[in-house]
Amino acid sequence: MTEIELLNWARGPGLQIATIIFVAGVVIRIIEILMLGRKPNLAEAKGSEMSAGLKTMVSRTVPDRATFKRSSFTITAGYFFHLGLFITFFMFAPHILLIRDVIGFGWPALPTPVVDAFAVITIISLLAVLVNRLTNKVMRYLTNFGDLLTWFLTLAPLVTGYIAFHRIGFTAPTLLAMHILSVELLLIVFPFTKLMHAFTLFLARWYNGAISGYRGVAS
Amino acid sequence: MSASLDKGINALKQQVDASVAAFFSSCVHCGICAEACLFYTETGDPERTPINKTEPLRRIWKSEYTLMGRLGKLLGLSKKVDDKLLADWETLVYDSCTMCGRCSMVCPVGNDITLMIRKTREGMAAAGHAPEGLIGASKRSVTIGSPMGVKLPALLAQVRHVEEDSGLKVPLDVVGAEYMLLLSSMEIMNFPEFIEAIARIFDKANASWTISTEAFEATNSGIQIGVSDIAAELVQRIVDAAEKLKVKTVISPECGHAYMAIRWDGPNLVGKKFGFKVRHVLEVLDDLRQQGRLTTTGMEKGKLTYHDPCQISRRGGVIDEPRRLIDMVSDNFVEMPDHGKMNWCCGAGGGVSANERADEIRLKVFQRKKDQFDAIRPDAIVSACSNCRIHLEDGLEEYNMDIPLLSLTEMIAEHLGDDDRAGAA
Repeated sequence: MTEIELLNWARGPGLQIATIIFVAGVVIRIIEILMLGRKPNLAEAKGSEMSAGLKTMVSRTVPDRATFKRSSFTITAGYFFHLGLFITFFMFAPHILLIRDVIGFGWPALPTPVVDAFAVITIISLLAVLVNRLTNKVMRYLTNFGDLLTWFLTLAPLVTGYIAFHRIGFTAPTLLAMHILSVELLLIVFPFTKLMHAFTLFLARWYNGAISGYRGVAS
Repeated sequence: MSASLDKGINALKQQVDASVAAFFSSCVHCGICAEACLFYTETGDPERTPINKTEPLRRIWKSEYTLMGRLGKLLGLSKKVDDKLLADWETLVYDSCTMCGRCSMVCPVGNDITLMIRKTREGMAAAGHAPEGLIGASKRSVTIGSPMGVKLPALLAQVRHVEEDSGLKVPLDVVGAEYMLLLSSMEIMNFPEFIEAIARIFDKANASWTISTEAFEATNSGIQIGVSDIAAELVQRIVDAAEKLKVKTVISPECGHAYMAIRWDGPNLVGKKFGFKVRHVLEVLDDLRQQGRLTTTGMEKGKLTYHDPCQISRRGGVIDEPRRLIDMVSDNFVEMPDHGKMNWCCGAGGGVSANERADEIRLKVFQRKKDQFDAIRPDAIVSACSNCRIHLEDGLEEYNMDIPLLSLTEMIAEHLGDDDRAGAA
């Protein structure tokens, strides 16, 4: 297989397969959760479930002051790499072109040097996250194979994207193929790992807010 | 109750619902919950990280309710729940968790970890891996009617004392009363002043109330140990009594988990909506205040603070009421850092105080409470849970701190400004 053939496979059938697994996997996981259902609460309510749930879906994005003080490194590094992932993925001109091809519309991109800088920041924060995971005793205790795998698979597209953009080491088609393949790997693994939290955290936060809100407490 | 691993696993399976599945699916192992838990902050032991306490339930969710988990189970790859796991987890789930709910407030993905631990207890108890102290308390609750073994004659004796001291009648089994008061065994045995306070407040407010001699115990060991059947049976007794006496409102006393049991879990345990209201005593007092039926005179001397009992504030929603009541009798009220819904637990709720094995750790983690008190140095601590009160007194003594503990209801009764007391003496 030549590098052009590899690139074409990655761009064509490879991406299709990965996307199907990703979409089907995510849908199945969410249905699998919702199908379990929840018993209706028979206690007299003190507050509203729905509005409290919706509020917590947003409010949990910001920690309270004392929590931030106690876990400042974890929280700061978390913000940086999540924001960085969002910007490098959704705000990079070539990515938006691809998205436009698929869903029919796009949005303005950030200037390429800005996205490039964010890629570096994101890579550094992910490295910091790993160091934190291996040195913080609670995180080290909780860490399993899945945590390390998802860390690696999240970092890989950033690194391959960075070196593809800067044309380091290999020829352009090979670099681009590697970048696309690393994204496909991430897509395939996504529904079956903790990466699912990108979707399910909204469910979890809603339930948390609803459970508390029903009792009249804003969580 | 005969226990077995099979029953435990079945109980765990029954606990998995959409919320639990969403919670486990979302955990990213960030460890932030550890910092919200006094059993971690005061011991530094990562095993005590809240989410780790849910491991038995997580394994069941994963292997039974996820596609990949079921596949793994078929291939023999899934992590099993066995007696060894449950035995290893017993001290984490019972001795190192008061179900205070603080972890559920900080989890960035929104997991109600406390609920998950509560559900884990259902499996632990069904499999026979619950602490002796809690098993004993639950058995006494079912057979005698009280976790501390308090029987009706003990209540009647205290009622007689209260009537002699106050000159007021403590109405028993009055049909059609507006309020039916529940009591914790702790109040009957250690704090009968609470009954007197209610008698005096309700007399002044001209509110009709009663105590049922068939169901006066408010505490519910079933929800502490995690056996829903027992919890439901204890709730049903109260429901039967309230219906028999046709009362409008059942009052949960100054006891945290009792409020959770009857107010929030109760109808769900017995499977039907109540035909009466359930209110915490502080909510009732605040209502009376609002209606102008509760007035006070005089102010407390010295700096007061309020310890929010977890099940009443964070998990129960009674947060503003105690503050409005304290404002009636104090102009020197100071909040601790992390108060209200973010207050730190006393360290003895959720069945920890009924579990002798946990005596050492509950006093160790009291350091967290001590730091909170040290930050504002109050002259007195007001609270509304007799379990908190007993343990706070224990902890203050252990740490050589001389700060009096006050019941909010009793404190309000001290300021009624009537002559009943003098007249009765």
